[in-house]
Amino acid sequence: MSLLDIRNLTVEFATASGQFRAVDGVDLSVDKGELMAIVGESGSGKSVSMLALMGLLPWTATITADQLSFEGIDLTKISARDRRKIIGKDIAMIFQEPMSSLNPCFTVGFQIKEALRIHLGLNRKDRHQRAIELFDQVGIPAPESRLNTFPHQMSGGMNQRVMIAMAIACKPKLLIADEPTTALDVTIQAQILDLLVRLRDEQGMGLVLITHDMGVVAETAERVQVQYAGQKVEEQAVKDLFRTPRHPYTTALLNALPERATSKMLPTIPGVVPGQFDRPKGCLFSPRCQYADDLCRSLPPTPHSAEFGKARCHYVEKITTGELA
Amino acid sequence: MTAPIVQASELARFYTVKGGVLSKAATVKALSGVDFELRPGKTLAIVGESGCGKSTLARVVTMIEEPTSGSLTIDGVEISPSKWALMRETVQIVFQDPYGSLNPRQRIGQILQEPLIINRREMSAADREARAREMIDLVGLRPEHYDRYSHMFSGGQRQRIAIARALMLNPKVLVLDEPVSALDVSIQSQILNLLVELQERLNLAYLFISHDLSVVKHFADDVIVMYLGRAVEKAPKEKLFAAPRHPYSKALLSTTPRADPDARKDRIKLEGELPSPMNIPKGCAFAQRCWLATEECRAAPPELSGSDHKVACLHPLW
Repeated sequence: MSLLDIRNLTVEFATASGQFRAVDGVDLSVDKGELMAIVGESGSGKSVSMLALMGLLPWTATITADQLSFEGIDLTKISARDRRKIIGKDIAMIFQEPMSSLNPCFTVGFQIKEALRIHLGLNRKDRHQRAIELFDQVGIPAPESRLNTFPHQMSGGMNQRVMIAMAIACKPKLLIADEPTTALDVTIQAQILDLLVRLRDEQGMGLVLITHDMGVVAETAERVQVQYAGQKVEEQAVKDLFRTPRHPYTTALLNALPERATSKMLPTIPGVVPGQFDRPKGCLFSPRCQYADDLCRSLPPTPHSAEFGKARCHYVEKITTGELA
Repeated sequence: MTAPIVQASELARFYTVKGGVLSKAATVKALSGVDFELRPGKTLAIVGESGCGKSTLARVVTMIEEPTSGSLTIDGVEISPSKWALMRETVQIVFQDPYGSLNPRQRIGQILQEPLIINRREMSAADREARAREMIDLVGLRPEHYDRYSHMFSGGQRQRIAIARALMLNPKVLVLDEPVSALDVSIQSQILNLLVELQERLNLAYLFISHDLSVVKHFADDVIVMYLGRAVEKAPKEKLFAAPRHPYSKALLSTTPRADPDARKDRIKLEGELPSPMNIPKGCAFAQRCWLATEECRAAPPELSGSDHKVACLHPLW
């Protein structure tokens, strides 16, 4: 049994101009100790699907799923009160902007101790001790004095460390990191990614890394799923994905990276990600795909076998064998 | 070699932070003594982490802010704030965030015509419109976009509009302040290609500010690496990426993630963070994070020296 099992997750938002489907039939499974990455451009539904899991979406969102279970517990069936016992304790999340996710009115020490008090019921002295331990673990120098500082007194990298310390405070079994390094500089990014991988190794937790940066995926993840316009279009082990991408979108995305360029002109993907009003009838990538034909434009493809990276494409076999080129 | 269009020497910009009741006024040295030249048809990239002064440099070169000291010569004319009209004709800027840099109350046509209304008062309305429509075509937008508002466009299209606006006065130099970092990968490549095309067609000189080394490696001709307001290394792109000489450049290159899982991961992990620009160390600014630093480094800041591949370090890597 995997740690987290999501089948056919769909999230729709009620907007003034009708229903908008942000996540469309996404599957995700994460095992204990596994480092899974979800990669996609903005609007691909990668953050929304994880926020749905955490129960952090506003009331305008309708969440449906065939299965949404964590350690065998069906999260859609349990009450909000029971859910809160799991969320924040066994499943924790790190957000993209550390500066805006921490409360500016309280010291970071107060904020980290709050989680310890509510979920673990530790007394004051133990909380203080544990908070120092956690700050030390995430590499914050002089942890004891740092507990009394406010978020605005620290740099972005330090604040992100505080966020991570808060997330791992209750030794979660699953940690979701939503673009944890996007707001940070590369030298700090390297420190934070190393820290996340080290904590995963030490505590054996599952780690879901949400990112748009293919470089970060290549260097840290073990398994990757690619999302496009709310759908999962491909899933492979990281080495296979970069060596033999199956879905035309993944291929095009990798080719568009400047570091893979062979000439001054980069290969591009024409057009933009479809929005609420121009959602194609068939395959969502068909308006931008070089292989698309009438079948693609009329009939949405279903995921292929694992051998072909579960690619959501009608022609993945033909593209692989080179029949279509 | 063609003559440089922009020559900057010892450009510096300091800010004074007013003290309160208990604190003294402090000086933030955002940019201290940077030299460079820009040539037509060439791209000079400025790279560095946040707080290294790269955006301040962009603002000084466009005279959005006056330099505290140093000189800036554009097209053979020494620039001072009173010569702003000339500046606008030759130097234009494209900002990072296309959502913030376009007026939401103006139609695209108006946005594009505004530089002409201000700087070419003799131009007739019909000529202005013709010029704006021509520019829409040049940056790859469709004619019907002329009457739309900016909220109707995606990020990539807005960046095209921002580029079009910058080109309305036929400038010779374009300052690009992180022009693609707010965009998705698939859109980023479209904008980079557009910039390459425009450079070839109009023989523009680019000052390309970026923190993304893979984009710089693809796009630039020469690169300056900055750290805390100073240039620490300056070299042609090929030389810098093949063999950096400054320890900071090497660390920066090694920590940039590469989209290749088989690549060797010999990252140089830098300890700590950038010192505060209010309190720059006396010697080399990088000394406290550098693994080669000695007492000498902490005594006085090293000068940028060398012929083709310049470095400001007492213990360069080669």
